[in-house]
Amino acid sequence: MANAYYEKIARINLTTGEIKVEKLDLDLARKFIGGRGLGTKMLYDEGVATVDPLSPENKLIYITGPMTGAAAPSTGRYMVVTKSPLTGMIACSNSGGIWGAKLKYAGWDAIIVEGQAPEWTYISIDDDKIELLDAREYLGMLSEATDVTLKEKHGSDASVLNIGPAGEKQVLMAAIMNDKDRAAGRSGVGAVMGSKKLKAIVVKCSRKTLDVIADEEALKEATKKALTVLRENPVTSSGLRQLGTAILVNIVNNVGSLPTKNWQESYYEQAEDISGETLAEKYLVKAGACHRCPIACARVIDVNGRVTGGPEYEPLWAYGANCGNNDLNIIDECNMLCNEYGLDAISVPCTIAAAMELYQRGAIKEEDCAGVPLEWGSTKALVEWTKRIGNPETELDWLMSSGSARLCEHYGMPEVSMSVKKQEMPAYDARGIQGIGITYATSNRGGCHVRGYMISPEVLGLPQQLDRTVPDDKAAWAKTFQDLTAVIDSMGHCLFTSFAMGAQEYTDLLNAATGTHYTAEEVLEIGDRIYNIERMFNKAAGMKPEDDRLPKRLLQEPIVNGPSKGMVSQLPLTLPQYYEARGWVDAFPTDETLKKLGLDECIGK
Amino acid sequence: MIEVRLFATLRQGREKIIMLESETVSTVGDILRKLDIPTEEVSILLVNGFHKKTETPVQDGDIVALFPPVGGG
Repeated sequence: MANAYYEKIARINLTTGEIKVEKLDLDLARKFIGGRGLGTKMLYDEGVATVDPLSPENKLIYITGPMTGAAAPSTGRYMVVTKSPLTGMIACSNSGGIWGAKLKYAGWDAIIVEGQAPEWTYISIDDDKIELLDAREYLGMLSEATDVTLKEKHGSDASVLNIGPAGEKQVLMAAIMNDKDRAAGRSGVGAVMGSKKLKAIVVKCSRKTLDVIADEEALKEATKKALTVLRENPVTSSGLRQLGTAILVNIVNNVGSLPTKNWQESYYEQAEDISGETLAEKYLVKAGACHRCPIACARVIDVNGRVTGGPEYEPLWAYGANCGNNDLNIIDECNMLCNEYGLDAISVPCTIAAAMELYQRGAIKEEDCAGVPLEWGSTKALVEWTKRIGNPETELDWLMSSGSARLCEHYGMPEVSMSVKKQEMPAYDARGIQGIGITYATSNRGGCHVRGYMISPEVLGLPQQLDRTVPDDKAAWAKTFQDLTAVIDSMGHCLFTSFAMGAQEYTDLLNAATGTHYTAEEVLEIGDRIYNIERMFNKAAGMKPEDDRLPKRLLQEPIVNGPSKGMVSQLPLTLPQYYEARGWVDAFPTDETLKKLGLDECIGK
Repeated sequence: MIEVRLFATLRQGREKIIMLESETVSTVGDILRKLDIPTEEVSILLVNGFHKKTETPVQDGDIVALFPPVGGG
């Protein structure tokens, strides 16, 4: 019976060139949904938690969810699941565009890439036909040129995923790009692809729709309801289309939680210059949308005469306030460079910000900087150091390209790295917004906001307004947000639908598409299970309880300026509450919790 | 004086920053009425950086920031 899966996985061994077709374990898919959940469970079972992330033994899983490509809102998502070379823990990077939907339409739920190619290779998928092709001529090519060139070769109906020079050089902050400006951005997944000498994956498909829906009528009904909810919500109907995520610059600054100069300050006087309003006024060409998305949050902008993908809130902040820079055109350019070199546009500018603080403190000397000193607000430094990180040559280039944690450790100032589990934290000061600190500290992939977006209730008032300044009830909220997020990621929907949609809408869509009969509570329990399997992967990879932490600055140095002046994170209070809510002791699930969640295979591990 | 900061679509047909004599308004709601901003168009309402409601009193020196419904990540 149709169930929204094609029940087919391709296992591609780049060392031997062998390509095997495996049947999807449907019971496992029911238990972990797909995407992030199923991908993590598969990776856990592959036994790669202890391997060197950049060795041939690591595996890369490109995986769709049951909803990916379905006739339902915002279903253009796929995920890359692997062991991260940046954090040494689980990586799951999620991207939009259309590549994921085409992979699904071609008949594949997932592809597992293992080994290491003898020579640079790319994979061509055309429905059932999978080929390994010579990629040597594309080596060193920037991401967009690779996309264009491979489309010229394979046809305009092809969709291209690739790495840029950063991934080729195994830069620990390398992203995987698809459809030109969409990115599986975080945790260095591009470096893993580079370590396998895999430059690109081209997908073509004859199907135009997902034709294995369990109950078409029920899906139509659930989609109609979901679309109504999205249309009636001002955020998803017009807010994100008009100003994108960039609107947050002014909001977060006005609540005194916009980290400035590597989190030394939390209010940026020039925030208006780098805001969503200014971006729309000066550079916006139009809004862009991923496959089947009615929200259209993406920015298409004009960068010095070139029409290209524009910055999200995160790079606007990271290349802006966090580096003391208010030149918006330079941020646009740096964001484009991140896309072209294939770099994480959060971690890279945050690493530059950390380097600027090291320079401020005299740890990095002018003579180390090869003519481009790391001075606060230097537009030349932002452009040049982004390029150097994307294609490192000198010793400092390589140090910078390994991320802020390794960089600051090298200079004996680890506290200057504003990261968790070696991944840079995003654009919300956890001293001024208490709940987001729980998300940062406990995120299985390290510093990250989209593992439990507490900004929604604490700043945006969705679904209800919580007092951002107090720790009360935040642990329980964070857990629920984390669990629901895990479900949305696993289904293949965009997380942004959750500004309007709730657990019941997702449950109805999932049941209609896959033929299950879950309640919303059961679906949230699946989210809990997914969060726990990620945690068990991390435990196997060597994570320690002390890795659930925040940088000392957030706990011990009160905010120095703006509306949140004087505040520190109260994580020491909320973390034990969070563990209790999760059924964890010392950062890991108890046997009882594992049993309750049906993770018996992890007991005693 | 009270500094009123308007953002996103609330700027359409209005200035970004409007200074009001503190004697002319006593609550955030008064400010909305004075600037002809329908309450339902405002989703986030901050006084000196903290979330408040329309009935919140305002005084000389306050900074009031008003946002329409917005999201991001």
